[in-house]
Amino acid sequence: MKTISFQLNGKNQEIQVDPEEPLLYILRDEFELSGAKFGCGLQQCSACMVLVDDQAVPTCLSPCETFQGKNIETIEGLKQGNKLHPVQEAFVEEQAAQCGYCLNGMLISAVSLLRSNNNPSEEEIKEALNSIICRCGTHSRFIKAVKKVSSSNI
Amino acid sequence: MKDFKLPNTNRRSFLKASGQLLISFHLFPLAFCSPKEAEELNTLYEGIPERAHQGKDIIDSWIRLDADGHVTVLTGKQELGQGIRTALMQIAAEELDVPFEICHIINGDTGQTANEGYTAGSNSVEGSGSAIRQAAAEARLYLLKEAAKEWGVSIDQLEVKDGVILGPEGKKISYWEILDGKFLEGNITGEAKIKSPEKHQIIGKTFQRAEILDMVQGKAHFVHDLRFPDMLHARVVHPPSYGSKLKSLDTDLISGMAGIEKVIVDGSFVAVVAKREYQAIKAWQKIKEICQWEKSEIKVMSDALFADMERNSNSPQEVEKHPNIKSVIDKATRSHQSIYRKPYHMHGSTGPGCAVAKWENQNLTVWSPTQGVYPLQNTLADLLGLEKEYIRCIGMPGSGCYGHNSADDVSAEAALIAKQLPGKHIRLQWMRGNEHQWEPYGSAMQIALEAGIDQEGKITAWKTQIWSDTHSTRPNGRAGHYISARHLENAFEFQKGGFSGGSYRNASPLYTIPDRKLLLHNYEGPLRTSALRGLGAYGNIFALESFIDELAVLAEIDPFEFRIKNLDNPRAIEVIKTLKSKCNWENRDQSGRVGYGLAFAQYKNSASYYAVLAEVHKSPKEGKFRLHKLTGVIDSGQCINPDGLKNQTEGGMIQSASWTIMEAVQYDANGVTSKDWNSYPIMRTNDVPEVEVHIINRPEEKPLGAGEAAQGPVAAAIVNALSSLLEKRVYELPLKEYFEV
Repeated sequence: MKTISFQLNGKNQEIQVDPEEPLLYILRDEFELSGAKFGCGLQQCSACMVLVDDQAVPTCLSPCETFQGKNIETIEGLKQGNKLHPVQEAFVEEQAAQCGYCLNGMLISAVSLLRSNNNPSEEEIKEALNSIICRCGTHSRFIKAVKKVSSSNI
Repeated sequence: MKDFKLPNTNRRSFLKASGQLLISFHLFPLAFCSPKEAEELNTLYEGIPERAHQGKDIIDSWIRLDADGHVTVLTGKQELGQGIRTALMQIAAEELDVPFEICHIINGDTGQTANEGYTAGSNSVEGSGSAIRQAAAEARLYLLKEAAKEWGVSIDQLEVKDGVILGPEGKKISYWEILDGKFLEGNITGEAKIKSPEKHQIIGKTFQRAEILDMVQGKAHFVHDLRFPDMLHARVVHPPSYGSKLKSLDTDLISGMAGIEKVIVDGSFVAVVAKREYQAIKAWQKIKEICQWEKSEIKVMSDALFADMERNSNSPQEVEKHPNIKSVIDKATRSHQSIYRKPYHMHGSTGPGCAVAKWENQNLTVWSPTQGVYPLQNTLADLLGLEKEYIRCIGMPGSGCYGHNSADDVSAEAALIAKQLPGKHIRLQWMRGNEHQWEPYGSAMQIALEAGIDQEGKITAWKTQIWSDTHSTRPNGRAGHYISARHLENAFEFQKGGFSGGSYRNASPLYTIPDRKLLLHNYEGPLRTSALRGLGAYGNIFALESFIDELAVLAEIDPFEFRIKNLDNPRAIEVIKTLKSKCNWENRDQSGRVGYGLAFAQYKNSASYYAVLAEVHKSPKEGKFRLHKLTGVIDSGQCINPDGLKNQTEGGMIQSASWTIMEAVQYDANGVTSKDWNSYPIMRTNDVPEVEVHIINRPEEKPLGAGEAAQGPVAAAIVNALSSLLEKRVYELPLKEYFEV
């Protein structure tokens, strides 16, 4: 067991864990955050993404100790007070969801993209969302939602 | 909602009066609450108290008005990402004349809802929707009668606005005041008239998907997100291939690992249970390393599959008989024949199967993403030798399933494990390999078509031959349909319940062809198969609509005109004509760099009408192509939620494009080798086409199932577009070699 500390959704956290345990299980089982999901456990589908220092990264394989000292944001941390994040609002406006299992990866990747590039091209949006598996075929709505946020320049 | 005057009955006295016990079962406090309301009013609606289903003929079994001014709809169907929660609440709100925002819904739960079988075949709005519609109309009529009696007036003098009945001389009373906490015990008599479509205020308008606000915030929603105190985590190790038997497993090496509560070995069924999820995964990995199996080999390899189908099928079933179709075809002005093939396809749910089970005092509760809670209850009763009254199955949202995927298997396994650890909630989640390698696939198919046309380009005769494994092995009461039941020491035998009609779904052309014959060769193939979105309709429409294109070329008639010429169904013709104008067919790009492909079908020849045009572009890379755009037109009769219908149709189009261009389950003698997303790639954002959907709304017609309408036509449209560019016909899926993916 080892002590790992990081910032999670704006709060400093310290936990005693098996340092090999991937962050995903700690988020879900220790912190009871349901947003990041298990999809493949192989870093192939991005259902488990979180923001680490503004970058969208998968959490299903990397040992939690590699997140020591990092600033982690999950989908639950995107909302500011009672106000949804503009990307969350755009997803609602475009009704960009079917079963919803991939939404975490889509939203986290979209936020990461827009933080580094607030006016991405359609190609850049597609590339940013390409690592996420969506089996319902809702892709065209995700692309539209991200476009909407970027054109409103937020 | 502020206008409602609530009766004085408070929740506690309501419960007392109705004799109900409030079994606190609210896993997610807002699960039954429409999110919009939760956000805006910031109130916590806990839902109605539980009450066992009282029979389909009672209003209260479908519609419940509680003491708090809410309406709860009960359906036996599951939300699978297709948006039925929203559509069914719209139907109820419309007939009741209440605001959509005060409606809630409870999906399949053997403890509460009606038995509506499986949520399958695009049947929820047609089936459950019509029951809810009638129940809501009956509820409204009952309440109107009560008010009329109270005021001594005729019901013709009454109107309803937002759940408030308005009478002469400014009289008003709300539904909830009338009921005063009582149940709507009245029977559904059929007396109440359904509202005529021109009065619709809610049906036909777009409403937000019921759970989207929760979803974008990552709130608990899925069966995967259930958390109970002291819940344990389980993983299952499946054999390396079908029929492999466990030789040895040194369980001591596992039970000594950190956090392990139990290692279960029953025949070849192997599971591990741990305190923490990661501990279960570590043990699962270790078991995979040390387990010794007596391997069983797959005999028929994919390169020999179609030859084996022809050699080893049962003698054909004559679905449509004809004494001498061959001679009619031979007499035609021109005749043609082709053979089409599709591989095994995977459901490939984004999230692997997951279920929670608890065994306590000979009672079993299972929280399951199944498509049918009652069939699950029946089959678990068979598996466990338990009366079904002792089993409660609660439907929970899973990752989209698109048919019979792992949902039932994982639920059965969770139950088997829970039985060995009474009193504990057991959460079992499959790993990616479990899902990819053990789910039942959509069967590979071969379809041979033969037809004749006359001088005018009318089709005179048509012969279909289909070779296919079954498209349904749903475990409807038979435990042998669960894979792990077959692996137990006292194994349940898998008995195919006969080959279902799924194999020839949509094989009979909707076109006006006087002479036709349809033969089905049932085949037992090497891989496990069951229902995948559309069943045989995907393969059959791919073949049929490819062949129609070939016949149009043979007749030298434009593909739109050829189809219209051979149809007499006005709605089918209108869908095709509308598509022609929406995609500006007359002004299409004829430079030779763009290929267009048309296809049409009425799903099941009885549900939604759908036509689609695929636009394929030549890529700068020699010999490669890109799917640029799909434009679809759908007629689903009375449209309940236009944006929901569009969303689902767009999804079907992209999913079918992925199947058609990219997908085929791979396997070798040692088992299925498509074990993850690298070995079974599907379409991602870089490769998805632009999709556009137009709706022909027919408010005066009954609503038609829509969820599977796009699957087959999209395949044929892409193949037709590609074939026109290649100037040669493509007969076998997938199309990977041609596409830049």
